[in-house]
Amino acid sequence: MNNSNFIIELSHISKSFGEKVVLDDVSLYVKKGEFVTILGPSGCGKTTLLRILAGFGTADEGEIKIGGADITNVPPHERPVNTVFQRYALFPHLNVYDNIAFGLKLKKVKEDEIETRVRKALKMVGMTDYEWRDVNSLSGGQQQRVAIARAIINRPQVLLLDEPLAALDLKMRKDMQMELKEMHKTLGITFVYVTHDQEEALTLSDTIVVMSEGKVQQIGTPIDIYNEPKNSFVADFIGESNILNGTMVKDKLVRFMGQEFECVDKGMGENAPVDVVIRPEDVYIMAKTDSGMFEGVVQSCIFKGVHYEMLVTTPNGYEIMIQDYNAFEVGQQVSMIIKPSDIHVMQKERICNTFEGSMIDSTHVEIMGKEFVCNEQVGIEGGEKVEVEVAFDKVELMDNKEDGTMVGDVRFILYKGDHYHLTIRTENGSNLYVDTHDVWDDRDIVGIKIQPEDIKIKRV
Amino acid sequence: MKRGSWSFPYFIFLLIFVVLPLALIFLYAFQDAEGNFTLKNFSKFISSPEAANTFVYSIGVAIITTVLCILLGYPAAYILSNSELCRSKVMVVLFILPMWINILVRTLATVALFDFLRLPLGEGALIFGMVYNFLPFMIYPIYNTLQKMDHSYIEAAQDLGASPMTVFTKVVAPLSMPGVMSGVMMVFMPTISTFAIAELLTMNNIKLFGTTIQENINNGMWNYGAALSLIMLVIIFATNLFSDSEEQTNNEGII
Repeated sequence: MNNSNFIIELSHISKSFGEKVVLDDVSLYVKKGEFVTILGPSGCGKTTLLRILAGFGTADEGEIKIGGADITNVPPHERPVNTVFQRYALFPHLNVYDNIAFGLKLKKVKEDEIETRVRKALKMVGMTDYEWRDVNSLSGGQQQRVAIARAIINRPQVLLLDEPLAALDLKMRKDMQMELKEMHKTLGITFVYVTHDQEEALTLSDTIVVMSEGKVQQIGTPIDIYNEPKNSFVADFIGESNILNGTMVKDKLVRFMGQEFECVDKGMGENAPVDVVIRPEDVYIMAKTDSGMFEGVVQSCIFKGVHYEMLVTTPNGYEIMIQDYNAFEVGQQVSMIIKPSDIHVMQKERICNTFEGSMIDSTHVEIMGKEFVCNEQVGIEGGEKVEVEVAFDKVELMDNKEDGTMVGDVRFILYKGDHYHLTIRTENGSNLYVDTHDVWDDRDIVGIKIQPEDIKIKRV
Repeated sequence: MKRGSWSFPYFIFLLIFVVLPLALIFLYAFQDAEGNFTLKNFSKFISSPEAANTFVYSIGVAIITTVLCILLGYPAAYILSNSELCRSKVMVVLFILPMWINILVRTLATVALFDFLRLPLGEGALIFGMVYNFLPFMIYPIYNTLQKMDHSYIEAAQDLGASPMTVFTKVVAPLSMPGVMSGVMMVFMPTISTFAIAELLTMNNIKLFGTTIQENINNGMWNYGAALSLIMLVIIFATNLFSDSEEQTNNEGII
């Protein structure tokens, strides 16, 4: 990797707060002048990463370089970055002018130069003539503009923006997005932008970094991320999508919803289990005809402004979301076509739960820090390390957490057309993946039970 | 019953125990012993060097006490509000704890302590006693404003290139002024009028203004005592106004 190309180099950053791992080996390289967005749901570690970049938090492990210089242990006031805070953080005891001039005054810039630069910065954010206003008298949008002016006036190498538009209303947010993009072009500074709003990320960025559970899921251009999501999390988080279980029959042929479809992906091997992603706007829907690839019945139809959003059930019980300019009545028989290039196939990250465990005795095994009853194992002694597999659909979840062998909470829900694929975080922090037909909500606390015959044990 | 009428008992209470006594002080201050209107009480204060000196001395003691309280209390409040160790609030409670004990008991204990350490009672003991008694009233409001201060202001200042020292002088100190002002109000005003601490800690050798008023009233010189009280009230009122104009939000820091 040629160092001179990158203005920001974050290498193998890890960070934990107590037991909780917030960042897990995150690496990120940003080119000069790039507009990079770190995107993820709340609690994915994106703000922590930005704070580490700004110097407000320290990484437990890893190295940070800006402009080639190692700044891992440099305090925030000596870093060549400036931050726009989510809650603006304008100094309430200073007026607009003094807020914006704060950084320059500290650098002992000459008074007349400060004045010219403050006026220029105010003009840039469209706040001319607001110099002497009390910051508390400004609206949210105006405060945010002042906060941006206060940061860019220092001509930082990198501008960090921590969900800067989150507190604004929709209309204002759209306007500010366009202005930020314009500003980025004019200033030529590198922007690192943190948001949980995927639309904002797609609109603004040159590069999007999708994060979840402290890990980078995918890095790419907005078009790449949208069209070629790397895993089901990214596909689900960016835009709307239908995510289904499938099997790669052979190159360019995938089987899902009980039938075979032509696709463009290859090189995954024969009969490989895969996730299939189809964007709702990529499904062509028409009144029932013989030339359709598959059929269904319209379950619901909602007007969404530009298009209609319909849920269609196939005869074998799959539910597909479709967006189209034409509306079809609820109950109507319809036919659907999907172009091969619109079928995105992703290698499955896992096909069943695998744990490292240890035998307690011939009928008890310890996995995820708990004791489970299993079928009698012949020839494996107590205390021996084993590999344990549990199929996704063999994990039972129950409302009453006392009924389970252990307790967990629902972290991520993925609808797979005919069932839900849940990620459960267990008491000891490991992830358990569950296929279920029951409806659970995010952060539900559940009891977890596994039948003895469903625990498959192998010697290591 | 309308909600407004609930305030009636309080209104009566305030009338009898606050407004009426104030009116009486005002009335007595402008009367002689026979009840005729006069300004003699005030001219006596101005012309008698003893009372005027006590007055100036009291204000001096109050200023010294307040300044010492700020100097000791601010760092204490700052450490309390920042230190990880103090998150549990145990330290805060320890600082506030003396306030739970009656002021006279505390002062008598101070006298006993000075005796035990064979330190002379007098001016030094007086200042010590005052600071000891009123320090919590300075620490608490400052601690409160610092505690409630949005941490992002500090981060914003650091982000803009301020060293820890500059962060303090340019951001933390100005933003904590409301707390300091509340503290000043809560220390300066009571120290002007206090007399028990002065009596006990100086063996009655040093008189503060409060003592003078108390002596006059005890000796039946109600009119002169009332005039002195009025003068003190005016001074307290003036400091109140002064700090009000300095910071519009001084009550923010109290609780």
